[in-house]
Amino acid sequence: MMGLLTNLRDSISRVTDRLFASEEPKRIGIYGPPNAGKTTLANRIARDWTGDAIGPESHVPHETRRARRKEDVSIERNGKSVSIDIVDTPGVTTKVDYKEFLDHDMEKDDAIRRSREATEGVAEAMHWLREDVDGVIYVLDSSTDPFTQVNTMLIGIIESRELPVLIFANKTDLEDSDVQRVADAFPDHETVPLSALEGNNMDEVYDKIAEYFG
Amino acid sequence: MPETTNSDNGVQIDLISGSRMAGLRSMEKIRLILDGVREGNIVILEEGLSPDEESKLIEVTMTEISPDDFSGIEIESYPRAETADQSFLDKLMGRESTKKLTVIGPANQIETLHKDEQLISALVSRK
Ligand SMILES: Nc1nc2c(ncn2[C@@H]2O[C@H](COP(=O)(O)OP(=O)(O)OP(=O)(O)O)[C@@H](O)[C@H]2O)c(=O)[nH]1
Ligand SMILES: [Mg+2]
Repeated sequence: MMGLLTNLRDSISRVTDRLFASEEPKRIGIYGPPNAGKTTLANRIARDWTGDAIGPESHVPHETRRARRKEDVSIERNGKSVSIDIVDTPGVTTKVDYKEFLDHDMEKDDAIRRSREATEGVAEAMHWLREDVDGVIYVLDSSTDPFTQVNTMLIGIIESRELPVLIFANKTDLEDSDVQRVADAFPDHETVPLSALEGNNMDEVYDKIAEYFG
Repeated sequence: MPETTNSDNGVQIDLISGSRMAGLRSMEKIRLILDGVREGNIVILEEGLSPDEESKLIEVTMTEISPDDFSGIEIESYPRAETADQSFLDKLMGRESTKKLTVIGPANQIETLHKDEQLISALVSRK
């Protein structure tokens, strides 16, 4: 009986979901390689529009090892309000070696645990990308080479799913930052320069988010 | 795959033809690749994987990584030229166009995997 009721409730909510589909916030996945500044960006967006943060940032790669979500972030642009769910994902990679964490002053047990969590998180993030996001913000550290196989594969996956995507060339405050190199690497997509850490160019960031995902 | 025993001081390279891959399902392709790589082989695909298969390859690779045993893969490929002859039927069926020439190897044995426009070069260490 309970099962029947829940089924009924589920199907009703599915109908209402569909009715209000246009008002449902889009789920925007923040993807990119480890250490690009995804969480720093997610925190800045969340702090700017909701007042609180999403998760911890760190210079040690694979700080984010579980996708974290902030729902219903309302961004005001030109008198209009755009509502999105932000999903901060673990940095995507094809390899994880716990020994690399040992260089960051970590005990072996902790390093092994961190690497196991990281691999689970990346697997989950890949799964989400295939099933569960409506748009992607692809974050890159613009002071590093954008022509990596992981970037190429991920952008290819995003394109094949026909998801709207913005490329964020992050860390423009660094001396080695090269936004043009990022733009050249992904000529089919719009590249937005920013420093998530310093909060530079956030106006354009929010304009583009509203334009692409509103 | 024919059984070749990996002697201690060699690196085995598996070149898998496009037609061999074409007969396989996605998960079979990924299994074939990862089984080879986990034995320490360099796997070269004449015709690479579709984006969807690449995403599954990353996902399955992640689930198989284990400390001191397998630390993941290195992969490089050339994108198929835009003008590649994707047949009308392929388009109609929504078949994804694949990439060509993909090199995959065990991350702990590939010291550098470098790519420029015309050359993928791998420096491989013995096990
Ligand atoms: N200079 C500079 N540093 C930044 C910027 N954004 C992030 N960082 C730094 O880069 C490091 C990684 O930032 P995170 O936000 O944790 O990166 P992430 O992409 O979430 O990393 P993972 O969760 O490990 O995949 C931290 O030390 C940040 O302070 C930026 O705009 N400029
Ligand atoms: Mg993070």
